[in-house]
Amino acid sequence: MINVALPKGRLGEKVYDMFEKSGYECPSIKEVNRKLIFENEEAGVRYFWVKPSDVAIYVERGAADIGVAGKDILLEYAPDVYELLDMNLGKCRMAVAAKKDFRDNTENTLRVATKFPNIAKDYYSKKGRDIDIIKLNGSIEIAPILNLSDVIVDIVETGKTLLENDLEPKETIVPISARLIANKSSFKFKMEQIENIKNSLKAQVKTDD
Amino acid sequence: MFLSNILKNEEKAVFALRSLYRKYGYTPFKMSKFEEYDLYVRNKDFLVSDSVITFTGMNGKLLALKPDVTLSIVKNTKDLPDTVQKVYYNENVYRVSKNTHEFKEIMQTGLECIGAIGIYDIYEVISLAAKSLGAISENFVLDLSHIGIVSAVLDSIGCSRETGKKILTCIGEKNQSGIEKICAENNISGEDCEKIVSLVGTYGRIEKVIPELRAICDTPELKSSLAEFESICALLISSEFSDKINIDFSIATDMRYYNGVVFQGFVENVPTGVLSGGQYDNLMKKMGRKSGAIGFAVYLDTLERLNLVEKKYDVDCILLYDESTEPADLANAVNKLIADGREVMVQKAVPENIKYKQLLKINGKEVDELENND
Repeated sequence: MINVALPKGRLGEKVYDMFEKSGYECPSIKEVNRKLIFENEEAGVRYFWVKPSDVAIYVERGAADIGVAGKDILLEYAPDVYELLDMNLGKCRMAVAAKKDFRDNTENTLRVATKFPNIAKDYYSKKGRDIDIIKLNGSIEIAPILNLSDVIVDIVETGKTLLENDLEPKETIVPISARLIANKSSFKFKMEQIENIKNSLKAQVKTDD
Repeated sequence: MFLSNILKNEEKAVFALRSLYRKYGYTPFKMSKFEEYDLYVRNKDFLVSDSVITFTGMNGKLLALKPDVTLSIVKNTKDLPDTVQKVYYNENVYRVSKNTHEFKEIMQTGLECIGAIGIYDIYEVISLAAKSLGAISENFVLDLSHIGIVSAVLDSIGCSRETGKKILTCIGEKNQSGIEKICAENNISGEDCEKIVSLVGTYGRIEKVIPELRAICDTPELKSSLAEFESICALLISSEFSDKINIDFSIATDMRYYNGVVFQGFVENVPTGVLSGGQYDNLMKKMGRKSGAIGFAVYLDTLERLNLVEKKYDVDCILLYDESTEPADLANAVNKLIADGREVMVQKAVPENIKYKQLLKINGKEVDELENND
């Protein structure tokens, strides 16, 4: 039995469709209800929906053998897992954004509001910039408007939310997409099944061109 | 002699491993709890976590609670020609846990083989690693890699140290798309990129992987590392646990300390590696020593939840008594119940949060049953 942690939401549904096409179907998952765990004994697979930012934890600790997590989560938490495949889904970028008229005054410590303190710290320490991290859990965009921070480090998909709040992306830190990850120990003992899943997902990955 | 239902997994493992290592002539190495902090400062990168608990000793020297055992053992051995010193240990080490960001006491057992080591010694240590895993669980896998091969592949593409480090991280994650991206960004040729990707992509049984490796290993350095690796693999392939050994180059270790074979052990139902080790001649050189060395550690704390059988009850029976009970009668009743093979907790009243199979009350010399939950 392979345990798969899927990220709740649109991305997770797309990912499930890919698993289904690979022969790991579990029709009950499409029923509208509040259940979180779905199993198809015949296909040897069990899916569960978890918060996207928790997928890596489930996989790292072996509650799930494999899962699909955003590269942002993998960079932020650095879980000890295998990263088997870039699914080329859920594409966006981690970026620094600020008010349109923002000028980086290097005389002062830069105040950075973010949900991703480790990514922000790593990015600015490579630039040798002194920063103050303000860890927020949501609505990051209002931080510069209320003068809580100078810039924000956040995920930018279309830039529409930024625009509506009078902000714009200034620098791209890293491109983000969804990745297939596997628990290191599970990979040893379920190697064939995990390899099969990986290969048939790989065949379905859409390239950019 | 040992009651299997009383000993915990990690305690059983300590006994089994101790007797295993003794059979092969390894002698116990008992060290003091503290070590001079200086030793760890000089070899900081060798440590798994770089935080160390320190305090000032009576003579004003800065001491540390051991975060690692290998460095202390290396420090206390001598370079002797043609002999190897074989020691095993069972020690607590103090490291920062990744999850709580606090210091944690970790029970660790392992062995070190230091001196003029040859192919046989390397084989012996790897096979003892496999046997150690076998003593913990029937279902285990020992992954084997060779740092010489990995570093020669990286050298052959001639990338910068910074890029090499990034590629190494991707190798550790089996992250093929990451490697391709780094190569593209750093103008590494498609052919060289393919070489690294195939190194990551080739894993599994020795007999399957070795022929694939021969195709990748095209420089003299690669060929000589592969030749050494093949001679070790040839010994392992005819061993009793050959079907449990895999070659896997994703074992990411620091190349500044390790040089030859490195390995990592997993047992089913434990989500992290339970054993890791390798040949660390580079560390020896860094510490001013001429000898070679190889060893491994078993992380016993990871075994706590392995095959955990939830106990339904804390105790078999609670025996209640009151003011009128004669202590001698109570003692007799307890001894009788224990002789019957039951666990007994004597109380005046039923304590909270204790689950019991049977509630008994002593009445004069007789024991009455008040409740039975079985």
